[in-house]
Amino acid sequence: MRPLKTLRKLYDEESQVVITEKGSPPRALFYGENFLLEDLPVGTRVIFPRPPMTGVPNVKAAIRWAINHPEDMEPLHALLRPGMRLTCVIDDISVPLPPMVTPDVRQSILEVVLELAADSGVDDIHLVIANALHRRMTESEMRRMVGTKIFDAYYPDRYYNHDAEDPDGIVELERSPCGSHVVAVNRRVAESDLIVYVNVNFVPMNGGHKSMGTGVANYASLRAHHNPKTIRDTESYMEPGRSELYRRNQRIGEAIDKHLKVFHIETSLNNRMFGPGVEFLAKKEEDYTEADRLKLQAMRFALSKMPRAAARTVLNSIPAPYEVTGVFAGATEPTHAKTLEKVWQQYVVPVEGQSDIVIFPIPFISPYSVNSILNPLLVQVMALGYFFNLNRGVPLVKKGGVLILTHPAYDEFDPVQHPSYIEFFNRLLPETRDAVQLEQKYEKEFAENPSYVHLYRKGNAYHGVHPFYMWYWGENGRQHMGKVIVAGGENNHVPALMGWERTDTLTEAIEEARGFMGRSASISMLRIAPTVMVDVK
Amino acid sequence: MPAKAAFYDVDGTLVKTNVVHVYAYYAMNRGSLLGTVGRTLATAASVPLFAAMDALDRKTFNEFFYRYYAGLSEDRLVSIAEDMFEDVLQPALYSESKDLIDQARRVGCRIVLVTGALDFTMRPLARYLGADELIANKMQFVGGVATGKVIPPIIEGANKANAIRSYCVREGLSLDQCHGYSDSSSDYAMLSVVGRPTAVNPDLRLRNIARAYNWPILDLK
Repeated sequence: MRPLKTLRKLYDEESQVVITEKGSPPRALFYGENFLLEDLPVGTRVIFPRPPMTGVPNVKAAIRWAINHPEDMEPLHALLRPGMRLTCVIDDISVPLPPMVTPDVRQSILEVVLELAADSGVDDIHLVIANALHRRMTESEMRRMVGTKIFDAYYPDRYYNHDAEDPDGIVELERSPCGSHVVAVNRRVAESDLIVYVNVNFVPMNGGHKSMGTGVANYASLRAHHNPKTIRDTESYMEPGRSELYRRNQRIGEAIDKHLKVFHIETSLNNRMFGPGVEFLAKKEEDYTEADRLKLQAMRFALSKMPRAAARTVLNSIPAPYEVTGVFAGATEPTHAKTLEKVWQQYVVPVEGQSDIVIFPIPFISPYSVNSILNPLLVQVMALGYFFNLNRGVPLVKKGGVLILTHPAYDEFDPVQHPSYIEFFNRLLPETRDAVQLEQKYEKEFAENPSYVHLYRKGNAYHGVHPFYMWYWGENGRQHMGKVIVAGGENNHVPALMGWERTDTLTEAIEEARGFMGRSASISMLRIAPTVMVDVK
Repeated sequence: MPAKAAFYDVDGTLVKTNVVHVYAYYAMNRGSLLGTVGRTLATAASVPLFAAMDALDRKTFNEFFYRYYAGLSEDRLVSIAEDMFEDVLQPALYSESKDLIDQARRVGCRIVLVTGALDFTMRPLARYLGADELIANKMQFVGGVATGKVIPPIIEGANKANAIRSYCVREGLSLDQCHGYSDSSSDYAMLSVVGRPTAVNPDLRLRNIARAYNWPILDLK
């Protein structure tokens, strides 16, 4: 008889992987703003997220403990002194997804830090959102993120979005002789005596040197790592040790650490994505109660009868009751190492071997479409950029295999948030899908387009260059896959422009994939959401 | 020489005012009490007519409207233009207009104002914005007095597009790389001829066109 500890470990590792049998229930799969209810072929390996880890019982106490016992730095109170310039740099709305229930963990951190700063006689404090080339957060989003009290005290003069295109608002810290390597950051940040970075580590690629190296940088800095070559040289987005992207960010981060004093506060969350009323969505279908099945049917019916925009609004309005599982503070690397350990604990599910065919259900949201539309380029980045890379070791799908994604792939764009995406999709993709060619021929033009720069600076639009980054992000997935099929794609031209195929149903997609890979092809499905990552042995 | 340019309509695009505001300033600064009262009243009484004609056809409106300048001396028109700029145009300039133009200049665009207004009224603004070129209507003067007729071709609608095309040919610029900015559907031709059109504070028709053709839409403040 094996000891209980070993049995528990085996159960923990294997209970998240379910092999579909004859009597297995149909699976509820995200399909944009609705769900599919699909029977999968016998033998299909379904990989479920781990159950949510227990959150820390007292978040503020955990924050206080972390900033009083930081990694490789003095405690925060020892770094504060009267009259100093303090800037708190805060992760933007792209994490976590969906936005968490209030109080957001960033609010909790700021409440502790700002109180400590006030007690230490620091009154020159700015709060800067590290939105990099993401869209500016709206006033109501900013209020929600930090709470009314902090918002009223700091907005708009001392609480604002980073502006990567403000000619007077950026300071270059370093520049290589050829100009290809630039380290430039927000002027207020550069001129501060101390920077406190307030992080939410949603997935392992967040945080660490990426926080400062990307969040408050400008286009010239980001070009050094947001390019097709770096992406192609990156074996794994989620493992800093195997990520050229992270290495390049690290070089920038080290330069920043050389010039500036940055105290990182990183947080890890569990994956309790669904709150009361919809928590059944995180369960295995085998564990559904009758009430859960009824709720799912009711939800599918209601969402199918609504206009898509209304369904989107409804889904976007459901916050996630994430709990904080860890708070770590101090110098960049040791802090991030601790955070990563916690994040892996929550997300990683070990699985045996790769599959020939992998199914990714695509939800309604992505880091770049909060309160907006998951347009075709974002569907692409979710499938080939994020989900494809949710692994440690090797991808879940074999080289040359088939990826099936479930999404309507509608031709809809948000002209407020994604104006340059529209031009990229309609003008550039018909010409080429080659990331290097797109970079060399068009990236600069989009990045410098005065209209896109204006919409980024004054509106709530992603920077003109952002669709290129989305395309580069999917580069490794595109190179790896033999075929991509959109199950349930509602038109032909979007999949065609992407270089994909489409079918009406998931069953047809699986048949087509088997036709491509052989009748005995192995099939896996990553049952997202909540977030799950695989450790392929 | 830069290989591209940014072409800006002025009235409603970079400034809140239009040609009627400019003329009204002249009318109210006629130099004699009788002249001022007469011209001001005539202008005020004609406003509904101007609106109706503009809605009908911009070219007809321009031809009709510029007749009101008849009889005004060239010296006076030019000398008052500076005051008019300070009193009318500068306060009406959208504060974000300069940022938009500065960004275009930073990326190597020549700055060109293309307007249906009269050239002498726009020169101070062009200078203020650092424009490299002004394409505007020219009033015909005989013996130093305005005739009320504009030297053809009148810069409006399709003629704006022709003027832009000619300018690009003359200066060796690539139309494909050029940017165009306007607020009015009457400038549809001008926006169509450049490779990078943008609607700025657009009227309903232009907003619909911009949506249909996926042109960016800016709301300047």
